[in-house]
Amino acid sequence: MANVPAELKYTREHEWAKVEGDRARIGITAFAQEQLGDVVFVELPKVGAKVTALKTFGVVESVKAVSDLFAPVTGEVVEVNAELPKKPELVNSDPYGQGWMLVIRMSHPKDVDSLMSAADYEKLTAGSGH
Amino acid sequence: MHAARPAYDKLIFELSSPGRFAYSLPECDVPDSDPAALLPRAHLRETPAELPEVSEVDVVRHYSRLSQMNYGVDTHFYPLGSCTMKYNPKINEDMARLDGFARLHPLAPEAASQGALQLMHELGRDLAEISGMDEVSLQPAAGAQGELAGVLMIRAYHLARGERRHKVLIPDSAHGTNPASTALAGFSVVELQSETNGDVDLVDLERHLDEDVAAFMITQPNTLGLFESRIHQITEMCHAKGVQVYMDGANFNAILGITRPGDLGFDVCHFNLHKTFTTPHGGGGPGSGPVGIKAHLAPFLPTPVVVKSEDAYALDWSRPQSIGKLQAFWGNFGMLVRAYAYIRTMGPDGLRAVSENAVLNANYILKRLESDYDRSAPGPCMHECVLSARRQKRLGVSAMDIAKRLLDLGFYAPSTYFPMIVEEALMIEPTETESKETLDQFCDAMIQIAREAETSPHVIHEAPVTTSVRRLDQTLAARQPVLRWRPSK
Amino acid sequence: MRYISNTAAQQKEMLAVIGASSIEDLLVRIPAKARLSRPLNLPRAMAETELQRHLQRMSGLNAGADEYACFLGAGSYDHAVPSPINHLISRGEFFTAYTPYQPEASQGTLRSIFEYQTMMAELTGMDVANASIYDGASSLAEATLMAHSVTGRDTLVLSRGVNPLYRQVVETYGEGPGLKIKSAPLGDGVTDGDALRKALSKHTAAVVIQYPNFFGCLEDVRAVAEIAHGAGALLIVVADPINLGLLTPPGDSGADIVVGEGQGLGVPMSFGGPNLGVFAVKQELVRRMPGRLVGATVDVDRQRGFVLTLQTREQHIRREKATSNICTNVALCALMATIYVSILGKRGLRKVGELSTAKAHYAARELTRIPGVRLRFAAPFFKEFALQLPKSPERVIKRLMKDRLLAGVPLKGFDRAYKDCLLVAVTEKRTKDEIDAYAAALAAALA
Repeated sequence: MANVPAELKYTREHEWAKVEGDRARIGITAFAQEQLGDVVFVELPKVGAKVTALKTFGVVESVKAVSDLFAPVTGEVVEVNAELPKKPELVNSDPYGQGWMLVIRMSHPKDVDSLMSAADYEKLTAGSGH
Repeated sequence: MHAARPAYDKLIFELSSPGRFAYSLPECDVPDSDPAALLPRAHLRETPAELPEVSEVDVVRHYSRLSQMNYGVDTHFYPLGSCTMKYNPKINEDMARLDGFARLHPLAPEAASQGALQLMHELGRDLAEISGMDEVSLQPAAGAQGELAGVLMIRAYHLARGERRHKVLIPDSAHGTNPASTALAGFSVVELQSETNGDVDLVDLERHLDEDVAAFMITQPNTLGLFESRIHQITEMCHAKGVQVYMDGANFNAILGITRPGDLGFDVCHFNLHKTFTTPHGGGGPGSGPVGIKAHLAPFLPTPVVVKSEDAYALDWSRPQSIGKLQAFWGNFGMLVRAYAYIRTMGPDGLRAVSENAVLNANYILKRLESDYDRSAPGPCMHECVLSARRQKRLGVSAMDIAKRLLDLGFYAPSTYFPMIVEEALMIEPTETESKETLDQFCDAMIQIAREAETSPHVIHEAPVTTSVRRLDQTLAARQPVLRWRPSK
Repeated sequence: MRYISNTAAQQKEMLAVIGASSIEDLLVRIPAKARLSRPLNLPRAMAETELQRHLQRMSGLNAGADEYACFLGAGSYDHAVPSPINHLISRGEFFTAYTPYQPEASQGTLRSIFEYQTMMAELTGMDVANASIYDGASSLAEATLMAHSVTGRDTLVLSRGVNPLYRQVVETYGEGPGLKIKSAPLGDGVTDGDALRKALSKHTAAVVIQYPNFFGCLEDVRAVAEIAHGAGALLIVVADPINLGLLTPPGDSGADIVVGEGQGLGVPMSFGGPNLGVFAVKQELVRRMPGRLVGATVDVDRQRGFVLTLQTREQHIRREKATSNICTNVALCALMATIYVSILGKRGLRKVGELSTAKAHYAARELTRIPGVRLRFAAPFFKEFALQLPKSPERVIKRLMKDRLLAGVPLKGFDRAYKDCLLVAVTEKRTKDEIDAYAAALAAALA
């Protein structure tokens, strides 16, 4: 069973969000990176870009697969992980830590209430995959 | 123990030695040969391009050695599903190299190109007869470009009728080019679920057919190698809603002389001359992807169209509703000569025998392997069979592992992981040109691998060990792309 | 039956194993209604000698370049093809392989493509070249789609100096995404900078010029690059790599994408196909490229090897979101070009350019000595030029066929403004004798 930290919120599309005041740090889950395999490329928006909850904001690629990335919340990108273009493998090795992708300043901090809890996300991923 | 592998690891640049050369050019026989006196200085390259300086012997030996690192149909059984890797007749090569074909300029006067135009006209008629379509354009350079041409003609047809339709329906079992070509033609792609054997799910189709659907695009026989039995019903359902039906002809090798897309109700189909009609695959191309259409789509054919009037052949450009051109000239003519030579060599009975034997060979493999690998569908298949390595996967041996082990046992690999609706898919297309002896050797190898998966999977995981390199690090290649050679400092 | 290996006895044996009484039993899924109930209506099978006779007769009806001195160009050129090329590409291991999906059994193809990518990048002055597109025209069309997707803009500005046949292909490919195509006119043979500037807007995705252009004239690529970039548009340059052994590579002059027809590099003219679409870009555009790419890597023993890479751009993975629909390309033509460039090498390719230049300029001088014959444009040209004639070019062409000369491409079909013009190409292969014979025949035809 993949690692699902209890303090984070989740989307059905396997992104996580860590709420820090009106900001949310986001990335993909351990389950998602496992499904993808070795991540070779991450395409992210620039600082200042607007992202919308449940809409795509970028892609993550392995050798033979591409996955769209879905924003957990609506808002403005205020930080982008500058390490990922050079070291996409961080998404595999530390998905909840150094493999983070964006920090979003939320337009509607209440958005997070509609995200899944760790328990619900665990239920979603149990039984799927290998 | 690993078998000895050729130690050759050079690139042509690494053979370079300043001052060495292989070219043979005549002395300049006109006065004023200095380009600096003829062209403005700004247009002359300041530093020479860093190209190899090698001798002719270097060149010949280098590329001969590179060739030995390849498997080809001439050297190995090549059961790559969906690609129809049949034998490529040598006489076709001689014919394509005839001076009047190979050395003919595309803009030579029509009066001086009559033989070429005649060949194209006759080939177009032959393909129309083989497919039951009314007209054929030979211009598309490959299957994917044939798809683009076909979908663009469908688009133009609807627009000419004052209808702007936005969607094209494509099953989830389709080749990737189908959705890609469709999107390129400006349509949104709606993916339909297939039944488990790759058949069209009629309920799902019915649900999706509406006035916004321009076309339904399917592969017949489907990508699981099965003939879609309810095809008349499908084409009728589509036509009732004004939807055009497109046949991806990748699997035409199954149906020559047996059934014709035109008679099944298809409005458009493309051919892959490099699959069905023996033009060589060349390590990835060139191909040729003629597209056949019913008469109602004829106004939209790519220009120019080869026409015959009285006793002369000509290129007809006067097609105001045409979708336009797909490549600069008239098509991959060199491939057309080869396909023409093949059709003339085989004749009508020969072509039918091609498909019958392709079907026989595929079913023989299916039968021989069905107890060691899972079938993807019950019943006989057409020209290819799709097996699943899900049983082996549970033992830790994937379809890819099996493919690699086959390389060591002297065979190229089947297509793997396609169609995507089959888990751990192994798509095997033997073609009619292979003998029972070869098929038996291949099946023996496959059965041996199934045993090894149970008893000694490490042998499979280590494979290949007999090829010029062993398993390659794809992740490294994608994370740190090195896409050209540079001299080491 | 020819090319079918199994004997009747073997077919029976195989049916017995399958448990079928006849091949018909295997076709049960094809309903009776779907069956073709008659033999295909095609000519009977021919034996090899019959086929040879038949096709030799047909090929004999064509004016092959061995019998005629070929001054035709406009996108296909009669350059010399060194002998080893045909021998090497005909090796079955190259010739009868397919796309290198199993890299361990395809290192020959992969290595040769890696060499090809390096050569094309080097010649065009770009960072990365792909493994090939069908031909120069479809390469250009792909480049315009790429510019559209990179810039998010929907208008193209094509110079009138771009091959009109290429323009037609750009129009076809632009239909789906709804690209708008504007023209930048020529001023005496090359793109008019002021007019070009006026044609640009914030909607311009790319400016397209050809170097040398369709009429053989040498564009000022650097100046056009400044204009294009000033408007936030990409610059796409169409260039024939065989010319770039001598000419300034477009990449050095500011091109963002270089495409072109590589047929001159050892690929037979073959009535216009198959050709070789060259496609090269600057590093930052690599992930938006169409087509296959080969990259270097290592195997499990750390030995150097090559694989298809960055495949997530392609249709078999990204399907409707792929950068292009291309699958099969023209790998064998790319191999011809790779061997050609290896043979010609650093100095030889430059020499081909020098010889072509010298002979083309000699031809232009000799032909324009004839009263009434003049160069249509004053701009400097390379190996091709537009000749204005006092008589119908079609009649001149017909007349010169009798002297075994293919005099040029009449421009009437491309643009009525040039109905009195003939486009003449002179490669390194043409001899002084042929050029002199051409001048004499033209003088006689116009007398």
